[in-house]
Amino acid sequence: MKYAYYPGCSLEATAKEYNQSAKLVARHLGVELWEIPDWSCCGATAAHNNNHLLSLALPARNLAIAEAEGLDVAVPCAACFNRLRAAEAAVRESESMQATISEIIGRDYRATNKTRAFLDVMVNGVGLEKIKEQVVKPLAGLKLAAYYGCLLVRPPKLTAFDDPEDPMTMDRLIDALGGEAVSWSYKTECCGGSLATARGDIGVRMIYQVLRHARDAGAEGVVTACPLCFLNLDMREAQAAAAHGDQLQLPIFYFTELMGLALGYAPKDLGLTTHFVNPLPLLEAKEILRHPATRRETA
Amino acid sequence: MELAGSLRRNQTLKNQVEAESGVVLSDCYQCGKCSAGCPVAPWMDYTPRQVIRLLQLGLGEVALKSHTPWLCASCQACYTRCPREVNLPRLMEAVRQEARRRGMINEKKVDIFEQAFLGTLERYGRAHEMGLMVQYNLQSGQPFKDALLAPPLLLKGKISPFPMKIKDIAGIKNIFARVRARGGGRS
Ligand code: SF4
Ligand code: SF4
Ligand code: SF4
Repeated sequence: MKYAYYPGCSLEATAKEYNQSAKLVARHLGVELWEIPDWSCCGATAAHNNNHLLSLALPARNLAIAEAEGLDVAVPCAACFNRLRAAEAAVRESESMQATISEIIGRDYRATNKTRAFLDVMVNGVGLEKIKEQVVKPLAGLKLAAYYGCLLVRPPKLTAFDDPEDPMTMDRLIDALGGEAVSWSYKTECCGGSLATARGDIGVRMIYQVLRHARDAGAEGVVTACPLCFLNLDMREAQAAAAHGDQLQLPIFYFTELMGLALGYAPKDLGLTTHFVNPLPLLEAKEILRHPATRRETA
Repeated sequence: MELAGSLRRNQTLKNQVEAESGVVLSDCYQCGKCSAGCPVAPWMDYTPRQVIRLLQLGLGEVALKSHTPWLCASCQACYTRCPREVNLPRLMEAVRQEARRRGMINEKKVDIFEQAFLGTLERYGRAHEMGLMVQYNLQSGQPFKDALLAPPLLLKGKISPFPMKIKDIAGIKNIFARVRARGGGRS
């Protein structure tokens, strides 16, 4: 199984844990990742709020490079995934758009390849059975809220791989890893995205609502598949709780970090040591780290 | 006279927004499902449903003054749930772009942030979170905003003081230039 890999800007910076853990579990499970050479930013929401053509052309440049290699594209960042899918759909649906975009990016791009969320590649490509076979440290007793946010599952016409209101892909993965996915109602509620920066007053409230509902549903941690969700929830958790006279100590995880743990890798090889809300006390309390079979990552 | 002129302007605006967003305004039957599920609605001056209503009624110039299109997080909840499949986030995008063209920047900080983001992208081909934070803070007149969060981010090696530049910068510049030549462009 070979995919073109589009990490996206966040995975080189604030979400380096996601990049590190995604690459590690892919290798472990026999998925070869070919990082798109000289990839460029997808434009995120800033591009599509400002110019529609720009928001299609920026992702298309990357998709075209992968298409020339004949590869489908695996994308960890939910926001990038959404933008890449939008570009792919626009080009596939209209010949005139295909011509326009190809001209703008100066490359021939026909959308013959497909963009897939990294989560989809793992759960539906590799498959839960195969993942289960590889689990050496089950996440036993760990209650987790799978948080999908917006762009991984919406709009369903674009994202396509799961239900937009009650997605289960990540929940099933948590169960396969030996953990317990809690049932809760905020799994696709928006965290506010970049409103946290531009309008902190609004962002902090949206973040708090997500975290509070996770806790009230009995979760001990929140699992994400998006760098912006992660950054908002992890970095601003203390601030969001304080603004509401509350206290929260919920570690936030990328699903790939949890996969890595269950597959036996050490926390520091997965980036679990650079979170704002330190997840190690919880993992120690659940005795998930104290299993003899820790794999050594030879970097 | 004044009224007729205003009606005509609003009709033009309506057509333009429809053409740019691909949304047919009359598709919306005002059920309000979009607004009920909109996570940002509590902070909006007009709910998403009301923005459509304004446009339907030929009061687009009021919609242009609204903060709603600027606060829309583009979360896609409304579009996903709308029984008429009205692509509201696309509509918000079109209204906002038109407001911007007319110099009506209704949420200055949102705009500064996005323009700084796109500026970095055009220059380096990638987003640069550290540079973005600093530029945003300076331009929005709050140099110490999030200042407490920056050192730990640096310490954790999560942001770098230096931007990452791709090799094919010419390719990116060309994309921006060709989009501008087609009448788009970000400024
Ligand atoms: S959505 Fe975010 S991370 Fe993904 S490429 Fe764009 S800016 Fe970079
Ligand atoms: S949900 Fe759709 S039809 Fe109902 S008010 Fe909103 S846009 Fe109109
Ligand atoms: S896309 Fe915008 S208008 Fe629609 S629900 Fe989300 S924030 Fe509200």
